[in-house]
Order: sequence, then structure tokens, then C-alpha cells
Amino acid sequence: MNAARRLLGLLRGRGTPPPPPEPPSGDGEVLLAAHGLTKSYAGSEGELPVLAGVELRVRAGEIVAVLGRSGSGKSTLLRCLAGLIPPSSGTVSYRGRPLTGANPGTAMVFQTFALLPWLTVRQNVELGLEAQGISARRRTEAARQAIELIGLDGFESAYPKELSGGMRQRVGFARALVVEPDVLLMDEPFSALDVLTAENLRGELLELWESGLFPTRAVVLVTHNIEEAVLMADRIVVLGPRPGAIHTTFEVPLERPRDRQSPGYAELIDRVYRTMTGRTGATGTGRTGPAEAPLPEAGVDALAGLAELLARRGGGCEPAVLAEELGLDLDGLLPLVDGLELLGLAETVETELVLTELGTAFAGADVQGSKRIFAEAVREVPQMRLILDSLRQHPGGTVRAGHLAGQLARQCTGEQAARQLETATDWGRYAELFAYDADRRVYRLEERGPGDP
Amino acid sequence: MSFSPARPQPVAHGARLWAEVAAAAALLVLLQPALHLGQGTTVRFTAGPSVHTDTSPWQLPYDALRSTLRMFAALAASTVFSLCYARAAARSRRLERILIPALDILQSVPVLGFLTVAVTCCTALFPGSALGLECASVFAIFTSQAWNMTFGFYQSLLALPPELDELSRSFGFSRWMRFWRVELPHGAIGLVWNGMMSFGGGWFFLVASEAISVGGTERALPGVGSYAGAAVAHGDLGRIGWAILTMAVLVTGVNFLFWRPLTAWAEKFKYEQAEASQVHRSWVLELLRRTGLSRLPGRALGPLGRALSRAGRVFGRDDRPLAVDHGRRRAGDLLFTLVTGGLLLWALTGLGRFAGRQGGPGVFTEPLLLGLVTLGRVLLVVAVSTVVWVPVGVRIGFSPRLTRIAQPLVQLAASFPANFLFPLAVWLFLRTGLPLGVGGILLMALGAQWYILFNTIAGAMAIPTDLRQAMDDLGVRGLLRWRRLIVPGILPAYVTGGITASGGAWNASIVAEVVSFGGTTLTAGGLGAYIAEATERGDLARLIAGVAVMSLYVVALNRLLWRRLYRLAERRYAL
Repeated sequence: MNAARRLLGLLRGRGTPPPPPEPPSGDGEVLLAAHGLTKSYAGSEGELPVLAGVELRVRAGEIVAVLGRSGSGKSTLLRCLAGLIPPSSGTVSYRGRPLTGANPGTAMVFQTFALLPWLTVRQNVELGLEAQGISARRRTEAARQAIELIGLDGFESAYPKELSGGMRQRVGFARALVVEPDVLLMDEPFSALDVLTAENLRGELLELWESGLFPTRAVVLVTHNIEEAVLMADRIVVLGPRPGAIHTTFEVPLERPRDRQSPGYAELIDRVYRTMTGRTGATGTGRTGPAEAPLPEAGVDALAGLAELLARRGGGCEPAVLAEELGLDLDGLLPLVDGLELLGLAETVETELVLTELGTAFAGADVQGSKRIFAEAVREVPQMRLILDSLRQHPGGTVRAGHLAGQLARQCTGEQAARQLETATDWGRYAELFAYDADRRVYRLEERGPGDP
Repeated sequence: MSFSPARPQPVAHGARLWAEVAAAAALLVLLQPALHLGQGTTVRFTAGPSVHTDTSPWQLPYDALRSTLRMFAALAASTVFSLCYARAAARSRRLERILIPALDILQSVPVLGFLTVAVTCCTALFPGSALGLECASVFAIFTSQAWNMTFGFYQSLLALPPELDELSRSFGFSRWMRFWRVELPHGAIGLVWNGMMSFGGGWFFLVASEAISVGGTERALPGVGSYAGAAVAHGDLGRIGWAILTMAVLVTGVNFLFWRPLTAWAEKFKYEQAEASQVHRSWVLELLRRTGLSRLPGRALGPLGRALSRAGRVFGRDDRPLAVDHGRRRAGDLLFTLVTGGLLLWALTGLGRFAGRQGGPGVFTEPLLLGLVTLGRVLLVVAVSTVVWVPVGVRIGFSPRLTRIAQPLVQLAASFPANFLFPLAVWLFLRTGLPLGVGGILLMALGAQWYILFNTIAGAMAIPTDLRQAMDDLGVRGLLRWRRLIVPGILPAYVTGGITASGGAWNASIVAEVVSFGGTTLTAGGLGAYIAEATERGDLARLIAGVAVMSLYVVALNRLLWRRLYRLAERRYAL
């Protein structure tokens, strides 16, 4: 910790004695602000919004977690805050001044680390200082102290590819911290690490933050991991489904260091979970169009596996429990949950995922039987209906993949449409509703249903 | 080891036909200063009686040194050109629309066509001095290297991982730092491999460019190529043998002492976070590392690097303004289009006037017809090389032991300038009475075949062992195995080799369709001979027509055959 104090002295004080460390309570100064922020990308039928009307203020002394499912625009929001991509409308300002380029008061930690493999750890850490034109001697000294602070001493002259994932991300942290940004921006910094490593790194980071030696005044953390958000943040901002807008904000009143056994902790996780999965309202799953309930990226085998697992557990279980048991991220399980619900094979009752009658039959059937049931269920999915209608309009003929993607893309981006079409193709082929010729990229209606002679 | 960095890269995007046509026209037009300068000079590069009076073998070490220096001068020029050109194309949306189609055309022009133009220009710039010839020779080698390297670096700039771009901008890198710390290292491996392959091809043009006759007087630069030229003119087989030996030592030596260590060193620029499973090794590099000598350049260049990065700050910060002024942007586009369009129009009318003076579009009829003959030869070269070398290559590629032995040898053979062996072959033709119409095909294949073999080996190596074991297990053998596993498996690599081989064969046709040995000259009808003769007579109109038609054939063959095969291979058979 002495190293950290010296680092602070070196970078901040320049001769004046270092201030006594205390947790960054903050004076509440607004460091970063997004006002009416929207961002859209070009789609086949005009602009498609990714973010719509985001209002966000990041104050000194707080950790803000931006939580959302994949595709909710949370990484886009972070890049807008960093001044790396221009918003379509609205403004981002740093200390009251609107950004015109890269944000001078932030530094980024990347999900993929983004280390330069041709530079040593020390050279990587020095990059930001080198960019500021700081002399080599002061650079070396500052980097040495940042490396010590983050627990990388001994690795200075190693190349990134010699390090484990956890050590690499430490380099990422040291590189960002050494420039003493007002706001540290973290883009899913732990999601490329294994569970234990991530846990350890989170813990160390929190300790540093609480000790007051952290050389930044605020943190924005983008994540899809609910527990991570509850563990680390003072405030959790949940982005709704596309186009992302702030759906709900949770203040986290829990004392640091946080006790995971406390009832408040579990209760908050539960509340955030229900908000994120859209199961707070009484409306249930309103299936109206491809944008509201997009086809999840869920393979047929995984869906069948989940159904069988539920059947073995008496027909129902809480997804969070399932995820923990399977060693899966909740985010990895949610597409499967969505898939079963979309197909009408399961439904959510209270917090439990429960198999429907059709779902129970699906789980118990043999190969051809479950194909028949799946075919029956999949016909009712709106996107599939759209595709089948399209195919029926060309009896005996073929329909180009581009045409179908175009139809799906009316309400989402081209990239999403392509992903949805991929899932639809997988499901449709399994259900033997249509055939797809990947060489010619055309779809053709299958004459016979599954299991027909 | 893979050959892929050297492949002629298909244009990434947006290179529409009209853009290429426009670029081709623009390039033809750029020849006009050369036309004006070169009225009255004539050039030929078939070796005649040489000014090289001393053909004693003791002359060879000095000649070899001069040749090597020429090669490295060209390599340096190509590297600088590639970095600047590719950076400009990747950075500026407007320049990209011009530069990339132009590069695509440049790549298709036979290099010996450039040589003629270069000689006329340079000798006019430095009249009566060897410096002009020296420049022309370096320029010819440059044209054989630069386009490929530029394409490679441009592709690597486009393929820069988005997080590295974000890193550079969010940490406020200077533009120089972005180039020096991020973009150049990221593209370094491709650049080195492309450089090595292009350098290997460059020897061919070195040999072709050293002994040239200009305006009726024979001029030669001291070098291995001109030494061989003189020996050929005297019909001295022994001296030719010495020259071939020197060349072999040169090619091997440069490869061993320069390229192997460089490729092994470049490994550190791999943008993968994991340790590579297969690493390139070099004894020389390890020796340098062990003795600490490899740190010397770093220590010597360190202050230079620091000074550069300080000086580089004048280029400003790597930042993109968030707000774009659409009006200004549109005005800029309009201005750019008007200026380039105007230049093109001016140039085209100039070209039209020139063509009119020289007898109109009729000048193209003869080369077009002759081109069909040469096209036939090129296709035969590719077909025969395929039939012969693909089975051999597959055999080698499937055996790790054979691969270790054969791959460096094949690589050397591909680098060895085939035109060096022409005299021996011609001596054989004269002895056996084989007409050059047939023998020319052999001459063209002499260099081109190795690309097919080399890439087939690489392709066969890339087929996973478990696939082969699965086929063994299922009893898939013989023709069925070729149809189901081997041909689809090697196709992507084979196509790469095929493109390079057919390009090489077109180039070789210019020196293979007219050859002489000891005062006897053999000629085979074809576009290559047409260009060679036009060069010798200094008939610029016919020369340009010939080169343009050959470029047209190369482009057409690439588009109609190779690129389609390439797309098929990428889509269906990528492993």
C-alpha cells in the first residue's frame, strides 16, 4: 500500500505530501453526464435505434454499474461516454463541457484486454503516459508504482502472451490507472476470465477502491453479470431491451465490504433479476413482433437438454439455481429460457421456470416424437410464421435468404436479422418445415412433415 | 509455414469495374511523359554482345555484391512505398477510391513492361551515365515487389482489431504512436512474409534488367545478370555454370542470413494472446540473441525511435471529431471528384491523340490475336504443372519428415531466377531441334511450377490428421479420397498458387518467347515475343499496346477463373 501512496504523491502531489487515504466519498461533483443520448445504426428500413434517450450522471466517489443483456446497447453507451463514437443525438459532457472527441478524463479497461503483444508489461503500462509526452524517467517511475499497486511486480519485463488471463487484465488495469483518469470505464472486464480468477480480481479491486488509494474518482462498469453489479456498484442502471433506455435504477444501500450472506444482498439480486428478464409486469410475454421477442440464440439440442433437466426436477426450477448448478453464467442460460418460453414449452410462474404440458411431452418423447412436437410448437413462433408465409407465396419455388433476412430486418438491425435467421434455419431444418441450400442461399418448403412416411 | 501472405489479394471492397477501367486509363496516361522523353531511344533486354569485357570468374564476387545491393535498395523503396501508399488508402475515404483500383491494375501489368518504360525515362533523366540504368534496374525490381506488399499492408490496416483502434484513441495516442506502436507492428508479419516472397520473385527481374541495350548501344551494369548475359553471348557454358552457382549461393545466403532470422524475429508481432503452437526458428537469430548482438540495433535505434516519436507529435493526436460537418464533407467530395475527373479527362484526350497518331485502335488487333497464343501457353503451363506437382505436393505435405526437407528447397527453387537457366535450356533445344513454340512452354514453366508445388504442400499440411484418419477408418481410398478429401482440402491453397503461377508465366513469356544463345536467336509467335520485339525496335506505340493487352488478359483470367475458384474455395472448402 506504500507503493500506492507514493504513486499518488508522484502523480498528484508533485512535492506536496500525499493526502491521508480515505474511501472516495466524493463531493458529489458530476464528472460525466449523458443527456438525451440516442444512437442508431442504419437498417434496411431507415435508422434503427440502439440507445434511446439515455439520461445518466456519474458523480465523484461512486461506482455505477450498467447492466443489460447482450444487445442492449451497454457497450455502445460506454463508448459514447468515452467519446469514441458520436451519439446520433443528445450530448455527453465531461465536467460540464460537451465532448468533441475522445474524452480526456476517462481511461478504458477492455473485455479482451487489448494489450499490445509486442510490448512488455512495463511498456504497455507506460503507453498512456507516453502519449501525453511525459519524459521517459518519470514514465518509468510512475509505471513501476502502478505495477506495484496492482500486484504485477515481478512481471515488468514479461510479454503479455506469457501471462495468464488474470495477470493480463491486471496489466489492463495498471495501464488505465497510471494515467489517473477521473472516471475509469470498464467494459465487462471480468467476463473473459474464469470464475475463480474473476472473483479474486473483483475482490482486490474493491479493496483498493475502499482503501482510498484508487487513483480515480469514479468508475463505470458495464456488465451482464447481476451478482457482479450488486457486489461492486453503488448504483445499478438497468438498460431495457433494444432500443436501450434506462429501464430501472437501483441504489445499492449495502455496507462495504458487502456480506453476500445478508438477506438484503440476495433480495436485491432477485429484484434486479426480475427486472432484467422483464418479469415484473403482470402482462406475461407479449409476443407481438420480432423486435419485442427476438429469436434467441438457442440450439435445438440445448433446448431439449434444458427441457429434460426441468422434467427430471419435477417440471420446474428457478433459472438462477439452474445456472449455478450447471456452472453457467445466468446470461448464458437466459437465451434457452427465452427459447422454451417462445415455443410455449415452458412458462415462468412466480420466479420458477415450469414446463407446460407440451413441454413435458417434448421432454419425454423419442427422437421422431420430439421432432413432431417441436415442429408443432415452432409453427406458432411469429418469425417462423413470417418465413413460412413467405415460402407459401412461392409454391414449389425457392426464396432467397436475403429476402427473408430483409423481412426480419424490418424491426431490427441487419446483423440481428442475420442472427435470427440463423436460429430460424436451425429450428426449421430440425422441424423439417423447410430445406435450406447454403450454396445457393435459398429456402424451399419441405413437402412432408417430420415422421411422415 | 504458409504461403498465403504472398498471394495477390482480391480487392477488399468497392472496386467496381468502372473504377478499374478509369484507373487503367489513368496509368496508361501517366506513361505519356515517358513517351515524350523516350522518343528516339530504344531498349532491349535480350543479351547481346556485352560491354562486360571481363568474364573471368574472379569478377563474380564483386558482381554479386552489386546485384545484392540493387535488390536491397529496391526492397527499401518498396517498403517505404507500401507503408505510405497503404496508409493513405486506409486513412482517406476519398483517396481509397482511387488508390486501390489503381493498385489492382498495377499488379496486373507485366513487370517487364514497367522495365522498358523505366529505362527510357531514367536514361533520359541521366543521359550518358550509368546512374540512369541503375535507377531503371532498381525500379524494375521495385515494381515486382511493391504492389504485393502494399496490398498486404493495406489489408492488415483494414483488419486492425477494433479494440486496438479504441485503445489508441481513448488513451490519446499521437498519430505517429498509432502508426509506430500499433499499426506497423500489427502488420509486420504480413509485411515481412510478403517482402520475402516478393524479394524471391525480384531476382528474376534483376537478371532481366542488368543487361539492356539502349538506343543501339549495349549497356550493362556490373552484376551477376549481366555477367551471365555476356557468358551467354559468347556461348561459354563453363562461365554460365559459374554464374548459376553464384546465383544459387546468393539466393540461399540472403535467405539464410536475412529472411529466416527476420521471419523468426517477426513472430513477436503476432496478435494472438496465446503462445503459438508452431514457431519459426532461425539459427542465425538464436546465435545473435545468445551473443547479445541482437540487442545492438535496438540500443542503437532506441534514441532514434524516441526522437521520432517526439518529432511525430507534430502529426497531432489520433482523434476523430464527434461532429461531422455534412455540408463541408459533401463540398469536399464534390471538389475531389471534379479534380480527379478533370485530370482523367485531360489524360484520356491526350491518350486518344497519341493513339490517333499511331494508327488508331487497329494497333490493338495484332496483340489481341497473339495474346490468344500466349494464353494457350500459360494455361498449358498451369495445367501441366498441376498434373505433375499436385500429387507430389500432397505426398510431401502429408509427411512431416518430407515437408521439413522439401519445403525450404522448394522455396529456394521458387526464388531462383528461372531466366538464369534459359541459356542451358536453349542450348538443349538447339541440340535436340525442339521448336521454341513447345520449348517456350517449358521455359515459362521453369519458374512458375514451384508456386503450385509450394502451395499444394502448404494446403496438404493444413488438412487435419484426424480427417485423414477418419478416411482411413472408413476405407475411403483412391479416386474417392481425392474427390472427397484431398482436392477440397487443398483447393484454397492451390488457387493461391495458381494465381501466382499464371502471373509468373505471363511475365516469363516476354523473355521466353524470344531467346538467343551464342548468336542464334529462336522466336516463338506470341504476345511475349511481340512485346520483346517492340521493345527492341523502340516502337513505343506497339509496346504500350502489347503491355496493355497483356494486362487485359491477366485481369480477365483472374476475374473469370481464379477469383471465382477462390471464392468457391473460401466459401465451401475453408477448413
